[in-house]
Amino acid sequence: MLNTFVVYVENKPGVLTRVASLFRRRAFNIDSLTVGRTEKREVSRMTIVVDADRDQAMRVEANLYKLVEVLFVENITGKTAISRDLAMIKVSATHEARSHVLELANVFRARVVDVAPESLTIEITGGEDKIDGLLEVLRPYGVLEMVRTGIVAMRRGPKSADLNIPVSAGTNVEPPAPEDNVSYSV
Amino acid sequence: MIKTGAQILWECLEQQGVTTVFGYPGGAILPAYDALKTSNIHHVLVRHEQGATHMADGYARASGRVGVAVATSGPGATNMVTGIATAMLDSSPIVCITGQVGSKLIGSDAFQETDITGVTLPITKHNYLVTHANQVAETISEAFYVASSGRPGPVLVDITKDAQQSTCDFDGRPITPRLPGYRPELAPTQAEYKEALELIHKAKRPVILAGHGIILSNAMQEVRTFAERNNIPVGLTLLGLGAFPASHPLSLGMMGMHGEAWLNTTIQEADLLIALGMRFDDRVTGNLKTYAPNAKKIHVEIDRAEINKNVKVDVALVGDLRSVLRELLPHVKSQDRHEWLNYIERLKGDSAVRDIQNLPDNGHLYAAHVINDLWRETLGSDTVIVTDVGQHQMWEAQYFKHEQPRTLITSGGLGTMGFALPAAIGVKAARPEAEVWAIVGDGGFQMTMCELATMVQENLKVNIAIINNGYLGMVRQWQEFFYDRNYEATPLLSPNFVKLADAFGIRSVAVTQRSQVVPTVEMTRKHPGPVLIDFQVEQEDSVYPMVAAGAALHEMIRRPNPLEETAADA
Repeated sequence: MLNTFVVYVENKPGVLTRVASLFRRRAFNIDSLTVGRTEKREVSRMTIVVDADRDQAMRVEANLYKLVEVLFVENITGKTAISRDLAMIKVSATHEARSHVLELANVFRARVVDVAPESLTIEITGGEDKIDGLLEVLRPYGVLEMVRTGIVAMRRGPKSADLNIPVSAGTNVEPPAPEDNVSYSV
Repeated sequence: MIKTGAQILWECLEQQGVTTVFGYPGGAILPAYDALKTSNIHHVLVRHEQGATHMADGYARASGRVGVAVATSGPGATNMVTGIATAMLDSSPIVCITGQVGSKLIGSDAFQETDITGVTLPITKHNYLVTHANQVAETISEAFYVASSGRPGPVLVDITKDAQQSTCDFDGRPITPRLPGYRPELAPTQAEYKEALELIHKAKRPVILAGHGIILSNAMQEVRTFAERNNIPVGLTLLGLGAFPASHPLSLGMMGMHGEAWLNTTIQEADLLIALGMRFDDRVTGNLKTYAPNAKKIHVEIDRAEINKNVKVDVALVGDLRSVLRELLPHVKSQDRHEWLNYIERLKGDSAVRDIQNLPDNGHLYAAHVINDLWRETLGSDTVIVTDVGQHQMWEAQYFKHEQPRTLITSGGLGTMGFALPAAIGVKAARPEAEVWAIVGDGGFQMTMCELATMVQENLKVNIAIINNGYLGMVRQWQEFFYDRNYEATPLLSPNFVKLADAFGIRSVAVTQRSQVVPTVEMTRKHPGPVLIDFQVEQEDSVYPMVAAGAALHEMIRRPNPLEETAADA
């Protein structure tokens, strides 16, 4: 099954290589990996989606913690979280097809960001399923090019990750997820 | 005070307690070598950088202190790779310092430029690229801390030439490493302790699997108290040998592929495995599907990533072994297990009869004889054995009985041929008062025998016992058992080792008869300098028992009836 990890790392050269190398070396399958800045200058944040069973997911987490520059790891799979993927889809849109494509984009609440005589480029943000859905209905018109960012994810609610909390050594007990004050706004 | 990066490097190494480094100079590390004159650190000039890493490794394993190896950029650094991987697999704390081309040249494919931090990324615990003098002190402090804490391992520090030459203010005050993400030691929860205790007290047929972690955590006494109080028999991994006294009534010897048959059977029939500082390597488990099928498993381990990696366990106690056992011990009840212990005693069955030690002398010299005689002769003295990899390594593990930790130094995880001689030099440098023997095959010896010159130049007395059978013996054994005796590429021509030793100014003798073993060992021990002995042993002897790769642990190939074998030989 797909597991989504939020990983805080020190913002130092080579950290991405270390994380990527770990997944390759231990033969864990990365589905997607995104990395970017955070609210703290010295900290970067990764969202990593991995195809792993429960034991493997535990080992992914433990192995990530073995990297000296990894500050905090959270497996947010099954927890209340927002996850978003962004895609730009360049679709063939001849004169006849153009209005159909625009209609579909509207239905998916996607935006047209580029218009050319023979094509439209559509930007869509959402869960992976939603993007897969739009892609599916656009395919018959001819998808010329597509790019996706991969998942970024964040727990719901007011709490932010506390990089100073001690890591649980327990491997037998899943640490209870703090679900208080969760907001469910979309 | 304004100092160069090179000066700061040596000063920081001194602060870490380093007295000896093993290295080889070259262009990109020359500024550091130039500054060596201001330091009290002793530099051992090796003959190949791989040797430097094995020496640092041997030094670390024999002393418990961090070993240090130094090399230049490019080929100097890449020659270290095998030694670094060896240290990684066996959790040995070493710090490797490499020179790098100037920071402005990085990425330009400059002369002797290699991306060594990239190359060593998966085989180091952590590594650093230092590009300015003002990063040196902080990096060395972090490197030593990371290498020696938690589960130890190798750390590489790559220092550009300009970082060695540039200057910065350095007040000489020790720096506390600042590593916010590094958590070397965790501790189990009370609930986990309770679960473990329940399993221990409920078990009828428990066995302790004792590994290298006991030695690394210095938990020998705690393990012994634990085993004695609850009457639990103890099996050891190869790297665990010495963690529990071989002569102890609860000791069952070594487990695994060439382990004792009774111990492998004990593990398969146990109802509880208590793994202490070991990682269920495939060489000790055999086929995982059939491994200890009826046993609950408790895993005490410092590295959380080892839990459930190979063997799924019921309770994991993640933390420093000594601390965990100290927490556990007051709650461990005394239990009578004579029924189980008597049963294990019966499992030994005809093992003694099959033992090559009990063969009548047929005029052949067997490696087992050599090693067993060496053990008897050095019994009670402060002796460290360093082995290479292959048949002789397994015979050493079987026939040399280790009572003390850090008395067997061997490449277990990576199985690095060529390890013994350089590692033994490192051991002798760390513990000059100890008697050091390198036991090495004719194949492995020829991989790193250039280090004989290092040994002589350093005036170190390392005794070398070459177990010379004219084959790459362990590979030949696999060919015999699994490849229809097709001895492809395993017969091995060797130089005249006695003449070779003579060229290095080393006393040497060849031994072909069993009766010569003891007198030769006696002569070697009395001789003030190193001695090389060429033991020309039975060529087609095999290591028994053997669990074939992929077989269940109790399905062992046993030594054929020794009496019949003798008759055939005669």
